[in-house]
Amino acid sequence: MKMPPSPPANNTVDGARRRLLAGAAAIATLSLAPGVVLITAAEAKAPTGPASAKVRWGLLVDSAKCGDGCDVCVDACRTENGWTGHGRPRTDPQWIRMVSLREPAGGASWTLPMMCQHCRFPPCVDVCPTGASFRRADGIVLVDKHICIGCRYCMMACPYNARSFVHEDVAEQRPHAPRGKGTVESCTLCVHRIDAGGIPACVEACGRAGGGALTFGDLNDPDSEIARRAAAYAAVRVRADLGLDPAVRYHIPGRAAKR
Amino acid sequence: MKRVRFQEIQGRGAGYRAVLGVLALLILGGLGAAYYMEHFGHAVTGMNNRIVWGTPHVFAVFLIVAASGALNAASVSSVFGRTPYQPLARLSGLLAVALLSGGLMVLVLDLGRPDRLIVALTSYNFKSIFAWNIYLYMGFFAVVGAYLWVMMERRMNRFAKPVGWFAFLWRLVLTTGTGSIFGFLVARQAYDAAIMAPLFIAMSLAFGHAILILVLMLACHCAERPLGDALVRRLKNLLGVFVAAVLYFVAVQHLTNLYAAEHHGFERFILAEGGIHTVLFWGGQVVLGGLVPLALLFHPATGGRRGAVGLAAGLVVLGGLAQVYVIIIGGQAYPLVLFPGMEPGSGFLDGAIASYAPSLPELALGISGVAIALMMVALGVKVLPFLPRTLADAPAGPDAPPADTGTGAEAARATEPA
Repeated sequence: MKMPPSPPANNTVDGARRRLLAGAAAIATLSLAPGVVLITAAEAKAPTGPASAKVRWGLLVDSAKCGDGCDVCVDACRTENGWTGHGRPRTDPQWIRMVSLREPAGGASWTLPMMCQHCRFPPCVDVCPTGASFRRADGIVLVDKHICIGCRYCMMACPYNARSFVHEDVAEQRPHAPRGKGTVESCTLCVHRIDAGGIPACVEACGRAGGGALTFGDLNDPDSEIARRAAAYAAVRVRADLGLDPAVRYHIPGRAAKR
Repeated sequence: MKRVRFQEIQGRGAGYRAVLGVLALLILGGLGAAYYMEHFGHAVTGMNNRIVWGTPHVFAVFLIVAASGALNAASVSSVFGRTPYQPLARLSGLLAVALLSGGLMVLVLDLGRPDRLIVALTSYNFKSIFAWNIYLYMGFFAVVGAYLWVMMERRMNRFAKPVGWFAFLWRLVLTTGTGSIFGFLVARQAYDAAIMAPLFIAMSLAFGHAILILVLMLACHCAERPLGDALVRRLKNLLGVFVAAVLYFVAVQHLTNLYAAEHHGFERFILAEGGIHTVLFWGGQVVLGGLVPLALLFHPATGGRRGAVGLAAGLVVLGGLAQVYVIIIGGQAYPLVLFPGMEPGSGFLDGAIASYAPSLPELALGISGVAIALMMVALGVKVLPFLPRTLADAPAGPDAPPADTGTGAEAARATEPA
């Protein structure tokens, strides 16, 4: 087969095309570049970046400082997140509750708050069919209220009874804590406060009006107060046998975990 | 070779219409109950934050488990080559699809947000056994639908065996998935055990087969189609084997728990001190749903009687509902052990047995699932040739020539209805 002749090197049509393409590229760069720069700038200036896996937010509960009958943390959570009930304890939401423990032999007793433990390996997230239950990079376990279908499988899976199903119409919602009848909810670790650089409402209230039993901080930072105290107390993880590595740790005097 | 003739039922009598009317009312009742529950929230039911799955789940799980088992007759004929069961294969497939439809309807209408069903179908977390089950359930419809087609379309009959095999394997996986909904719950004393999957498979075989026997007896009686004693005897023997298998797995489950000290509390609750749960376990599940049916099926005085077989199948169904109730409600009523060795208490009922009483809307919704399934069967046998013209012993007997899976529908339609 006869090959076509190769084009001459100084083809004027080709040169014109090349100049046109170069011009178009320059114009495209000039028009797109500011947008790209602006987007980058906007991301850099965002008030909150994406959650970082470098931190792991957690709570330490020192039950020695939990006073009998004190439920300041529960009240603070209720006010902060607007989950007031209807006087029906079996169906009312309960993001955080006070649990009393008694040693059957000695009769010694403790009181401590129980809430979502923000597990590293959360069973609620594993079982959720739609992915509504999820764990942020910084360890906070949340429910996406937009894709929760209300199947309640996460409540079956949670070892801590930490989740509530919204059994009735909701009123007086807080803008930062959206709720919805027919969906599941639980402690958010006051993620709205954390993202704004604050601490959870329960911790703040306990420090102000309670016994100062709650410490909040970054478990990944060995120099943080929570990490130092958790190590000093040999703080326990509730249902440690399940291997879920919860981010809420407990100091129960006389019941320290064996290391 | 003698061909099995299938034929639609006439369905013009007052009795048939009355049955459809009652079923329609039950379905309407269920839909009304679902609307009531969604409008006012689940606070109007007996469910709460401790018993999060109530009576609707008992019915839904029972129906879904039974759906897989209803396919027994088809599997026995296609997969294991037992020709006497071939005339039942179509009805078996129809019943399987109908039961699954009823169960899924109840499951979906009991969701907190049933309006978000589309989310469940488009947003998946593939680590969730629930998400797998959505595929398994949808696939079951497709597989059994294809199975029915290759059985009913004469040109496709040659594919009945491979498709039957596929349907058989699919339904084993499906019931494994349903059992694993409970088996994968790591935190609960009542669940978290691999035996849940085979236990559920055994349950599916027994429940589904019992329902098939009841539906078959009812359909043959109403449509005045002969039902041979030899076939009933075969069905009865198979039911006996399945009931015994359920009892075996239940025994293994509880013996294993009794061996482990950590489960003694739960076992004491279910076996001895659990009130309604103990009564339902021993009285409903073991005695009425297991031992009495076995006696009825195999005692020389009753074993050959059709009434006794029907009664036994009915008891297996009731015992099955009791068993699912004990598994689901009993398993949740027993408290989670947060601090082993300590005595907990709280305003949230920590450490206490949770109480639960089924509410009327829950019952109405659950029963409507059964009604949906029966309605689908009643309509199905009228519009398509699912029922053989005769199940008399001669063509269904053990020495009969192999029955054709082909429909003979055209031929049957040409003849006068029975």
